[in-house]
Amino acid sequence: MSTQLLTYLFVGASFALYIGIAIWSRAGSTKDFYVAGGGVHPVVNGMATAADWMSAASFISMAGIISFMGRDGSVYLLGWTGGYVLLALLLAPYLRKFGRFTVPDFIGERYYSKTARIVAVICLIFVSFTYVAGQMRGVGIVFSRFLEVEVETGVIIGMAVVFMYAVLGGMKGITYTQVAQYCVLIFAYMVPAIFISIMITGNPIPQLGFGSEVADGSGLSVLEKLDGLLSDLGFGNYTEGSKSTIDVFAITAALMFGTAGLPHVLVRFFTVPKVSDARKSAGYALAFIAILYTTAPAVASFARLNLVDTVHNTSYEQAPQWFSNWENTGLVGWQDKNNDGLMQYSAGTDNEVTIDRDIMVLANPEIADLPGWVIALVAAGGVAAALSTAAGLLLVISSSVSHDLLKQTLMPAITEKQELLFARIAAAVAVCIAGLFGIYPPAFVAQVVAFAFGLAAASLFPAILLGIFSKRVNKEGAIAGMLLGLVFTFSYIVYFKFVSPELNSAEHWWLGISPEGIGFIGMLLNIGVAFGVSRFYAPPPAEVQNLVDNIRIPSGAAIAQSH
Amino acid sequence: MSEQPYEHQSENPSPHDHNDQKTLSQKNAASYWQANLRLLAKLLAIWFALSFGCGILLVDWLDQFTFFGFKLGFWIAQQGAIYVFVALIFIYAWRIQIIERQYGVDDDAEESSV
Repeated sequence: MSTQLLTYLFVGASFALYIGIAIWSRAGSTKDFYVAGGGVHPVVNGMATAADWMSAASFISMAGIISFMGRDGSVYLLGWTGGYVLLALLLAPYLRKFGRFTVPDFIGERYYSKTARIVAVICLIFVSFTYVAGQMRGVGIVFSRFLEVEVETGVIIGMAVVFMYAVLGGMKGITYTQVAQYCVLIFAYMVPAIFISIMITGNPIPQLGFGSEVADGSGLSVLEKLDGLLSDLGFGNYTEGSKSTIDVFAITAALMFGTAGLPHVLVRFFTVPKVSDARKSAGYALAFIAILYTTAPAVASFARLNLVDTVHNTSYEQAPQWFSNWENTGLVGWQDKNNDGLMQYSAGTDNEVTIDRDIMVLANPEIADLPGWVIALVAAGGVAAALSTAAGLLLVISSSVSHDLLKQTLMPAITEKQELLFARIAAAVAVCIAGLFGIYPPAFVAQVVAFAFGLAAASLFPAILLGIFSKRVNKEGAIAGMLLGLVFTFSYIVYFKFVSPELNSAEHWWLGISPEGIGFIGMLLNIGVAFGVSRFYAPPPAEVQNLVDNIRIPSGAAIAQSH
Repeated sequence: MSEQPYEHQSENPSPHDHNDQKTLSQKNAASYWQANLRLLAKLLAIWFALSFGCGILLVDWLDQFTFFGFKLGFWIAQQGAIYVFVALIFIYAWRIQIIERQYGVDDDAEESSV
């Protein structure tokens, strides 16, 4: 069977599975729609959280980015996993005890203010749409390369599938499809990684393989050989960083605190039966995530080694098949500057090969000459990763509109049935907007990823953290903090990314911190201002202080839930 | 500006509250919270020392040591820290449940509402 036919088969079968689950798990109430009825087992929720979290960026782009950044790529590995420690220790159990439906719900009630709720909704919608746009681009890449359909068609098919289970099933449908998607994506990620690890080092465990010797008799380890090859070509050593320590620190921190403040992840912990389950569930989630995240740096180093080996100084006539496959998508290119017919790959101006780092994981099985079914599997995995995250994001967008904006603020008189209908309409509208992002990707998509994490770190994370750990921070402090964090981080990123991109270099940055890391400073400002402003206004009323006392105690969550 | 000790309010029940049982449980709640904060401080210190300390600030110095074929700093930043993060969450879930039972604020008896 041809690789293309296999790909149709794998992707088609996985879609059929997701739709089947959607029909089986339709939502009957707002509670089903928002929090899957609140009865999801912690291991199941952990797996769903892992799929929710691991997006097209984790599956498709991350190993590629690391493979070009070397040790500096650690910011993503540390940032996107370390955030779960904060989530599990500082936020998830208390939000579960609070036991309502959305993140703005918590901020609105804890800060006894509709303004605070609306500010939280704005932060949430901005963060989530930024993120969704990236997922749709991932779906587009997979479809255009592997199924050779137009990107438009690919995105519309993907949207139709998400529409089915997000709009019909809400959180309940999403949870169970995400479990299936986790299985598909982790299998699709591990199989080629294990194959390539065996090929390069003889060790079947990628995590160990990338510290082992290369099986070519040179006696060098993978990383030593890579350091040698890359410095010969004029790149920096793979195992040494090129970013300043303060910038690496700030970026890691922004990603960590941002991870802990992402609404679509937080809301997953509203779905488990009780507080102790929320903590365990976060542990399972990170364990499931760690399988991919500890494999990614290994894949990154193998991919870079393979790339240099197969491309550098090869004649274009004899270029491997994958090279021409990807050339058609425009993500790989060669320009014969010195007219010798050979492809020179280097860090200098004489470099003739351009490679989009987003393709490293997708092209890896082809580069390593793996059988067709592995390539088909990777395509299905990439789509699973993108769709599972898109669905989770669309759900928090729709629930913040129907629940926080309509039911709690603008139209308090609507019945539960009407609220559920509005939630479905909002999900449908959000799916369409996300689809448009995928078909007409705004030019800035790749540049605004920093937004999602920076803004979550600077706005939502401190508001939730202080809401739990301080009884003195009041609505004035929290609103001032969120707005300052949001405006400061937003302006800094917009200034360096859009207004004056020519100034976007270390000597112009404030304190040497790049726009990717500025969310960390935004967070510190938010916390400082929240405490400072709170001192000038009355402390929160007694019932809010009782609420804080109540969420600090684990017992009673299952009862609180039926409010 | 008010300087009332809000953090200690739970130890000073309002005069309307004549229920001794409630006073006891409020005291327990306050001590439980202190114990929880101590545990959090310990675990977060490890979290910080490993990720920001070894993985970022001390990474170049640690790279002089070799660990199973890796430079040690590089390994911690790209592998080791992640394993410890997973462990930290499970250690917290385990330790805090013991503390909860000690203060009688656990949710052991609660069932799923489904």
